[in-house]
Amino acid sequence: MKRPALIRLILSIVFLGLLATPLILKRIAARRAQATSTHLDQSAALARYGFAFTEISHAAGIDFTHHAPALDPRLNPIMPEVASMGASVSVVDFDRDGWPDLYVTDSAIGSHNHLYRNQHDGTFVDVAPELGLADVNQPNTGVSMGSVWGDFDNDGYEDLYLIKWGRPELFHNDHGHGFTRVSEQAGLPPWINANTAVWFDYDGDGKLDLFVGGYYAENIDLWHLKDTRIMPDSFEYAKNGGRKYLFHNLGNGRFEEVSAKLGIDSRRWSLASAAADLRGTGHPDLFVANDYGVAELYLNDGRRFHESGTQTGVGFAPKSGMNVAVGDIFNQGKYAVYVSNISEDGVLIQGNNLWVPKDASSTKPNQPIAYENMARDLGVELGGWSFGAQFGDLNNDGTLDLTLTNGYVSADPHRSYWYDFAKVAGGNASIIGDADHWPAIDGRSHSGYQQKRVWINDGAGKFVDVAQAVGLTDTHDGRALALVDLFNTGALDVVVANQRGPLLIYKNTVNPANKWLELSLEGTRSNRSAIGAQVTLRWNGQQQIQQVAGGSGFAAENDRRIHFGLGPDPHIESITIRWPSGTIQTLSPADLAQLDTILSIKEPA
Amino acid sequence: MSSQTVLIPNPTAAAQHRWRKWFTLENRFVPPIFITLILLVGHVTFGILESYKKTLLAIAAAILTELVLGRLITHKWVNVASAYISGISVGILLRSPALWPYALCAVIAITSKYVVRVKNRHIWNPSNFAICVMLFLAAEQVTTLSIQWGNNLYAMLVIWALGSAIIWRLRRFHICATYVLSFVAFAILRAYIVGDPIASEISPITGPEYQLFIFFMITDPKTTVRSKTGQCIVAFSVAAVEMVLRLNSSIYAPLYALFLVGPIALLLETGWTNRKPKPHGIAAFGVTQ
Repeated sequence: MKRPALIRLILSIVFLGLLATPLILKRIAARRAQATSTHLDQSAALARYGFAFTEISHAAGIDFTHHAPALDPRLNPIMPEVASMGASVSVVDFDRDGWPDLYVTDSAIGSHNHLYRNQHDGTFVDVAPELGLADVNQPNTGVSMGSVWGDFDNDGYEDLYLIKWGRPELFHNDHGHGFTRVSEQAGLPPWINANTAVWFDYDGDGKLDLFVGGYYAENIDLWHLKDTRIMPDSFEYAKNGGRKYLFHNLGNGRFEEVSAKLGIDSRRWSLASAAADLRGTGHPDLFVANDYGVAELYLNDGRRFHESGTQTGVGFAPKSGMNVAVGDIFNQGKYAVYVSNISEDGVLIQGNNLWVPKDASSTKPNQPIAYENMARDLGVELGGWSFGAQFGDLNNDGTLDLTLTNGYVSADPHRSYWYDFAKVAGGNASIIGDADHWPAIDGRSHSGYQQKRVWINDGAGKFVDVAQAVGLTDTHDGRALALVDLFNTGALDVVVANQRGPLLIYKNTVNPANKWLELSLEGTRSNRSAIGAQVTLRWNGQQQIQQVAGGSGFAAENDRRIHFGLGPDPHIESITIRWPSGTIQTLSPADLAQLDTILSIKEPA
Repeated sequence: MSSQTVLIPNPTAAAQHRWRKWFTLENRFVPPIFITLILLVGHVTFGILESYKKTLLAIAAAILTELVLGRLITHKWVNVASAYISGISVGILLRSPALWPYALCAVIAITSKYVVRVKNRHIWNPSNFAICVMLFLAAEQVTTLSIQWGNNLYAMLVIWALGSAIIWRLRRFHICATYVLSFVAFAILRAYIVGDPIASEISPITGPEYQLFIFFMITDPKTTVRSKTGQCIVAFSVAAVEMVLRLNSSIYAPLYALFLVGPIALLLETGWTNRKPKPHGIAAFGVTQ
């Protein structure tokens, strides 16, 4: 064979090899995934992964199905798209009995929200009607989108801020015996179309403040539209959403709106937010995930906020932010931030973001911080049309795992809306901004029937999805997800609120060989909810930080108590609590009578 | 995107005035400069490059492959202008959170020019071929550019105006005009057939993916037919096939339509007309085979 012919033959073989490369990579990935995607019985899952879930909502007395809002009839052709949120769950011990309760929102006009009181026997009973928290979706007041709990008047009982597309509501907790609506007295505005809010004490004055992020603009009554130009003006750079609010707690039951004055001025379409001291300054920063655009990171210097998304790296690539959760995933005393986005094979691969502080930027407090997205490297990038996600040690092995729910619109499983969605979404603002220009969804699915993710952290830099193996197997359209030790057993259970679907409770059974510790904190000089308190637990030569949060994930709030898994045979070295007031409290091993217990700790006066 | 493999300067170019060289057909650097300009404006304005690394990787992979294969096959160091365009178009059009698809796509694009040839012509636009291959075979890893550049009317008008002016000077505006008019006509027809708003059917062509598609892919001199009438027929055919694909809810209809129509048109031309290939004005970018 002549040399040119030989070269061409070799080149042709190489070319075929190049074409085969994606198929080979796909096959390798599928083989790896298959090993963890098979459903196991509980004993096998316990043996292999150290935990297993059982869905118990019906047995626990909870048979709740969410109803989506029905907005202005002019939106009917795309109603499942525009009315795609509202299912939420928040965890609260509203009656201070030491057992976590659940507050669940419904979103149809006239529907009722539910406050499920924990009966201590594995069951729950809805007490919302008699306590005044049920009938909150009345005509002309909008509907519920979520809730966050915080003791804004420091009386020891958690109060409720109800996130709505409509009239925002603040309910004062009357010592666990009822709730009083105090929205007007508090100075809340008449209407906000919001999907996220978070309680935090941004100025460290001992009183909880409140951030609320708007989604649709606040001058839109979604049930009585002036016109149909309500959609985002871009699917990646939209700035025509709702405004942000920062309500400063004045201490007399009133709040002052101070967002613009303190540097928060944005009209991006916010879907999730979380507050955490990301730089070790003692001041909580605010991370906001926005739909149709970049995330915003408001760094708190103690006096005002500075939007630093671009400088820190988290606000450069526009995606569809729908979740914010923070966790010390490497046990290094640094928070990573997880933001969920959209991934659909062959259509849109945004990938979720796991923002990990770069080493050089995070070693010193008060220094500039920079993040890199390590979602791909760690294996938590692809989660479908992702919504709520939370960090928590599900198997008590001493590292934080990550649980995620997903799925947008599950309707006719054989017909997809993706083509029509993509057709319009790439167009000009004058086209996509008008709901009238969108093709009717007509009963089709849009990233529906998706499998959830339970990524367990191997402690060595990899997360592996074991959702199917450990029994988290539903395919509803998940929205909010909360982690909570519902039965005070030291196991983090998973509660999932599904859009137009049931509230699911996945009871967790954990290998008892792994030890655990939970801390229930109460502030004195700090806000009584202890929101913002940070605990550093050192054991077996490692450390993990966790904080008390006033809202996390998507439309969710986790168990207020901090849960540490410790693995087998832990040797506790110290527990350090940095209270929001600045007080540092250190507990030694001698202060711990035993492990596998819930410690109640009050801030030193 | 331009895809010449062996590049020889047009002999008449040397006689022309210096300033005219930059704006006449002979200037092979106009398309690379234009696409670079689009990239930079898009990035500075809207940050369309989620990562410099990905685009640079695609460009580097394309150029390196071109240099190696050109040297192996032709024993010359070939001009890398077309490889640069292929690399940059892969960097812009392909979307993936991973790095490897950018490198693989760029290498496939350039390699296809040397392997998939009929009568010594490559028959697919290289970047169109490679991106379609990635969409077929790695759908779980890649998509294409769809909603970047802010959906802003003014940014779109600037690119359309600049692109049209350059394409006009390159004497290929008739291809773009035929395609755009055909697309709009078919969009109206689709709206009538499926009952969707006309605006929703027009919407795709107002996005950035189509700007690149129209100015750089369907006008590629090496993978279009030679007669002006033939070029218009091909542009119309691409729009027609795209319509059929769109009626079947194919998200990447324009890319697939060009993937299907382009080679068929070239094969018809080379096989049925029995026209002998020769250097002439089809080398819109001032280069020829």
